Amino acid sequence: MDCVEQKDTEAKAPSVVDRYYTRWYRADMKGKACEDHCILQHSNRLCVVTLAETHPILQNGRTIKSINYQISTGCSRLNNKVSGKSKRGGQFLTDFAPLCRITCSDETEYTIYSCIRGRLLEVNENILETPNLLMEKPSTEGYIAVILPKFEESKSITENLLTREEFESVVSKRSDVQSQTS
Amino acid sequence: MLPLKEKDKPIVQKLLSAGCCARCVLRFCCVSVQAAYRQPQQETLKELKAFIADTENSKCQDSAGPDSRDENNKSHEAAVSDTPEDPPSKRAKLEPSVAAAQCEEEDAAAAVVRPKDDESPVCVVCLGILQELCGTIQAVKIAEAVKAESYEFDTLVLSVSLPAQLCVREHSCWLHVKKEVREKGLVFDKDDVIQVKEAFKWIMQGLVAKELGGVAVVTRSAFEVGVEFTHPQTDADCHFLATTCPDCFKPTKNKQSVFTRMAVVKALEKISDAKFLKHYPCPPTQPTSSCISQDIQCLHVSVFVAGRYNKFCRSLPQTPWVIDGERRMESSVEELIAAPILSAFRADGFNFSSSGREDVDVRTLGNGRPFAMELLNPHKARLNKVEMKKLQEIINKSSDKIRVRDLQIVTREAMSRMKEGEEEKTKTYTALVWTQKPIQREDIGFIDDIKDLTLDQKTPLRVLHRRALAVRQRVIHSMNARFLDPHHFYLGLKTQAGTYIKEFVHGDFGRTKPNLCQLLKTDTDILELDVESVDVDWPPAIPE
Repeated sequence: MDCVEQKDTEAKAPSVVDRYYTRWYRADMKGKACEDHCILQHSNRLCVVTLAETHPILQNGRTIKSINYQISTGCSRLNNKVSGKSKRGGQFLTDFAPLCRITCSDETEYTIYSCIRGRLLEVNENILETPNLLMEKPSTEGYIAVILPKFEESKSITENLLTREEFESVVSKRSDVQSQTS
Repeated sequence: MLPLKEKDKPIVQKLLSAGCCARCVLRFCCVSVQAAYRQPQQETLKELKAFIADTENSKCQDSAGPDSRDENNKSHEAAVSDTPEDPPSKRAKLEPSVAAAQCEEEDAAAAVVRPKDDESPVCVVCLGILQELCGTIQAVKIAEAVKAESYEFDTLVLSVSLPAQLCVREHSCWLHVKKEVREKGLVFDKDDVIQVKEAFKWIMQGLVAKELGGVAVVTRSAFEVGVEFTHPQTDADCHFLATTCPDCFKPTKNKQSVFTRMAVVKALEKISDAKFLKHYPCPPTQPTSSCISQDIQCLHVSVFVAGRYNKFCRSLPQTPWVIDGERRMESSVEELIAAPILSAFRADGFNFSSSGREDVDVRTLGNGRPFAMELLNPHKARLNKVEMKKLQEIINKSSDKIRVRDLQIVTREAMSRMKEGEEEKTKTYTALVWTQKPIQREDIGFIDDIKDLTLDQKTPLRVLHRRALAVRQRVIHSMNARFLDPHHFYLGLKTQAGTYIKEFVHGDFGRTKPNLCQLLKTDTDILELDVESVDVDWPPAIPE
């Protein structure tokens, strides 16, 4: 009994993401239903691009067949290299820059986008080896990429993203519509 | 008597005619007898003029024939004793040539200067620095400035900052008498001309020492008193160099003017004599006013203080925490330590450094973390052991949040030992760890057996905005786990310096590998962290 109580209180304790990051969302990316992205912005302005829990890839029963950071014949996000404190040489991304393509075992392909302007610092190579990280821990170990916005844009880049509350209301409306149509 | 020789005479005459002051004349004659500069300039001028009077005769004789020196002197003496009131007739008799005409010309030029003697015209080379700016009044001004700031010191060194155009004027004057100076002997060249700075110091050092009650004014001292002169009227003297040597005058962010002394000297080394003479008068033009003497700048070299500090508070940053120009926390470790030290040494400011640093929410316990402070411009540079102990007590009584031990004065060199230790030394920590899955005592027992675990740590996201992205290998030498309850335990760690402990515990999005989540096969998070020791054996311990 004690143990159960403990578990409940601990479940509510703020996690690393809660403590240091602000969650921002992009719903229905590029007009594609439910392809929601979640951007975790650290208090130091750095952004981590992740899949929102509502993204189709993360829905029940799906498995990932492959993840590809080669977004065109000439450009692979795996070739991104940054050097020094100023992160010279990193690819500069705009809101709609594709980061990778994920193919599920049912052959559907999804493109994951940057969602914010900034310099690409790294992509998560761990998910290439272990795609399950993406399924199991989409907002931490299953992150897609790390992007550093320009200092002067660190506040403005999230202006056209949704806050957590706004996103939750979008999601709840979405399920209302679904329940109405079904 | 001025230590001048026969061959100095044409130099003296030429320079006096050109509007040089008596002391600048001595400089160009390469006179290195300090006493000659210390005597009143009016006196020197008088002696030089007596010299000119002689010069008229001896010079003419010199040009009459390059005879042996004995003969020259003899006839020179004769000339002076025979007809001192009537040199023209004598001259005419001896040498009715071009040289005589030249002498007359120079005589006339000297005569122009003569009526102004009483108020002594401003020197075309030193712009007054070796004239009225170099004497008791100036010495009193310097002494007053030093006394006003009540510095404690044994010796002082005088430093002089001169307007850059002085180099241009010096060069012009050098070209004016170059031939004559070189004729003094094979060894004489521009480097042998006594510098204005040098002469100024020879004159002033003794006067300043006297005003300060006999303190030693020396060439090397920890206490520097700076005298700065400017002369806005002639600042434009340098400007032509920018067009002749543009590569010497590159604008930089920090400089107010590109015409720094260094740049001007460099440009003057490059420019040919012909080019210089085309752009600048030789000798230099007569200024209407003397240099302006700026405020006296006193500066004592830094004193370095070291010690170890404890931090007992989880809401105290090590250094002031400012975001967007706004302060985030009330105080900081460095400020709490610095305030009493600054007032004890009466320093203007400080630079704080330490062997690593802890986060705002991390405590530093045990013997503490080595730190060192550079105290800028301390007005008091010495505290004995008892006074240091007292100072340490003042710091410790001033706040419960921190504590200092082993407080001592160290050398600048010794400070580097602290930084050397940073990479190789070890640190020990205690972390309060939360586990997602409930644990039992025996679930964490294996942790104690882990030895020398090598981590691959990518630069933590938390600091990635200001540090380079890299994978760093760090070693956890040993760990121990102390069970608290099914979701908490204390983790002790002994690690290589530079290991990010928080990231080892929560994994930092899987960017530190291995991490505690992987070892325990559940999510783990860090709730509290204490530094138990920073194993650097510097500064030496001071017994309580």
